[in-house]
Amino acid sequence: MDEEYDVIVLGTGLTECILSGLLSVEGKKVLHMDRNDYYGGESASLNLTQLYRKFRPGQEPPSTFGRDRDWNVDLIPKFAMASGEFTNILYHTDVTRYLEFRQIAGSYVYRDARISKVPSNNTEAVSSPLMGIFEKRRAKKFFEFIQAYDFTNPATHQGLDLNTVPMTEVYKKFGLETGTQDFLGHALALHLDDAYLTQPAKETYERICLYMNSMARYGKSPYIYPLYGLGELPQGFARLSAIYGGTYMLSKKIDEVVYENGKVVGVKSEGETAKTKAVIGDPTYFSDKVKKAGQVVRAICILNHSIPNTADADSLQIVIPQNQVNRSHDIYVAAVSYAHNVSAKDYWVAIVSTLVETAKPEEELQPALALLGPIAEKFVDITDLYEPTTDGKAEGVFVTKSYDATSHFETVCQDVKDVYKRVTGNELKVENMVKKQEEGGAAE
Amino acid sequence: MSAPSQTPAAAGAASNTPSSTAPSASTTNADASSAAAALKPIQVKLVLLGEAAVGKSSLVLRFVNNEFQENKEPTIGAAFLTQKCKLDDKIIKFEIWDTAGQERFHSLAPMYYRNAQAAVVVYDITKAASLDKAKSWVKELQRQANPNIVIALVGNKLDLAATSRAVPAEEASAYATEAGLLFAEASAKTGDNVMDVFTEIAKKIPLEQLLASRGRAGASGASGAGAAGRVDLNAGPGGRNAPQGQCGC
Ligand SMILES: Nc1nc2c(ncn2[C@@H]2O[C@H](COP(=O)(O)OP(=O)(O)OP(=O)(O)O)[C@@H](O)[C@H]2O)c(=O)[nH]1
Ligand SMILES: [Mg+2]
Repeated sequence: MDEEYDVIVLGTGLTECILSGLLSVEGKKVLHMDRNDYYGGESASLNLTQLYRKFRPGQEPPSTFGRDRDWNVDLIPKFAMASGEFTNILYHTDVTRYLEFRQIAGSYVYRDARISKVPSNNTEAVSSPLMGIFEKRRAKKFFEFIQAYDFTNPATHQGLDLNTVPMTEVYKKFGLETGTQDFLGHALALHLDDAYLTQPAKETYERICLYMNSMARYGKSPYIYPLYGLGELPQGFARLSAIYGGTYMLSKKIDEVVYENGKVVGVKSEGETAKTKAVIGDPTYFSDKVKKAGQVVRAICILNHSIPNTADADSLQIVIPQNQVNRSHDIYVAAVSYAHNVSAKDYWVAIVSTLVETAKPEEELQPALALLGPIAEKFVDITDLYEPTTDGKAEGVFVTKSYDATSHFETVCQDVKDVYKRVTGNELKVENMVKKQEEGGAAE
Repeated sequence: MSAPSQTPAAAGAASNTPSSTAPSASTTNADASSAAAALKPIQVKLVLLGEAAVGKSSLVLRFVNNEFQENKEPTIGAAFLTQKCKLDDKIIKFEIWDTAGQERFHSLAPMYYRNAQAAVVVYDITKAASLDKAKSWVKELQRQANPNIVIALVGNKLDLAATSRAVPAEEASAYATEAGLLFAEASAKTGDNVMDVFTEIAKKIPLEQLLASRGRAGASGASGAGAAGRVDLNAGPGGRNAPQGQCGC
């Protein structure tokens, strides 16, 4: 490794792997290292042995859970929005070639102590218990407004300029109840708290559009999920990087990042120094360059049954809007199962998560845990969320963000674009980046 | 099964398919191939594993293009080739994955072999240590890969047997039998035994089972959601974030 590289990347989480994939495709010479002996860092999926090593050191997984190879348990609960930016990057980099995706079977929202499916079509909407008949009419008017809205055509605005009016004004105009507001703002726009109410409505409008467009794409829910777990995603982008010449080294202890006159000049590992002018790394490699931006509690629950009241769904999301349980942040449940090759036959893996508000984080998850039925095993993880303190341009060291509490990868894409721009000085454009391989073709 | 043959349809459709002459062993006749062309090929993911420089890429190049390059560069860029084989009344489309060099520092991603139906584990008959590495790959596959995976152990560079053989054929063959692997010595340079390796693999793959598990929709069915809830993202980027004023709700 005593060589010079354009970029050295530390940590093989999804954000870092997308970046090294993109930079390699552009012809940059990339060295990518990880201290772990597996890919994915904080966004890895673990097999049983790895899972128990992490959460129950010294304890063996119960034999009822079956074979190691059947399990790929995610550490972070996220799905891909079918029409989101992440899916767009997957497609344009041809990483879709390496992965297989499946729909998430349904999205549910908690209201008045029970869960109901977010309607995915008109028939479901008509029979949905989420709103009374008069409220449904008002909601219909709201959706018609959203659908017709054109920023360039004031005739469609009904007096509401979404660039400036706060979302509360929009709700008021259509006379929507608070329960409906919870549904729109939290189950569809996927806001984590109510701060959005006083912000310009545009962002909420865009989020609702993303949700509806994603829902329309495959029909059951707005989400898709890779077979064998989320850990496949960083591996897919690592392969993209390798195909374009990226060098990969796992199990590499990083001794130090080397600076000269305040600028990075290399990375030292196991006594050798690789030269470079730019280093990208996740927060765990740069504890001196990040600040804490919150704390998430996640409970990884293994179930030997489907989640009650979901019609035996093989996978789902449940959003518990904060108002419904007297909190300031929503609680999410993300569940997948053996149908996605993440667990042994007839097992489900549900991750319950929220942003920590009290000194007893695990208890905060209780309203969601109570929805799951009997839990065979539960691993609780409380993680600090970090973000960089500087843009890194002065030193040439660019630190990524921790994986946040949102239920999808859109904020990961924002971070990728942001870091990409800081590193290269250019806006990221993935369209036509990779010559897509034709079906049936041979390529070399 | 006839020797691998690129069906006319496939060769025509793929702009970058090398115009290789069909391998001489080919017995494909026009009738058979047009009947077969009407069938949907069965996709089989095949991965290559083995120490650096044992000849993994060279074996694929021989199989797919029937050519050989002396002093081949370490693999960069070549990572995904396809080749069709006819087996009785079925067409198998091998989707061949090469290591893209990630193997060099023992950093191959498990994703690489996770859902493979076949693996060719290669060693170099002139380097004894490369057989040990091959054995450790076999172990890893038997532990982590699909339980029905068909594994072939291939001792490459057979053309060098007379001058510099370091691994006796009997030793490797005995190990292969014990571990339940297909076994052959081959030469990517001369082409000796290369086609046969892939033919034997094709014969051993439980095709009926594969088709059954994929369901009628196939693993990568038409655009949109397949019968099993699978989605094909290769069908297109789809409606992204709709431009303003075009919300899909
Ligand atoms: N004599 C002889 N040389 C071979 C044979 N197959 C490959 N080689 C040579 O061995 C070297 C390595 O071959 P590759 O096909 O690049 O090996 P590889 O396993 O793909 O190597 P990496 O991609 O670096 O892991 C090249 O110089 C080839 O020309 C063979 O059958 N006989
Ligand atoms: Mg190679």
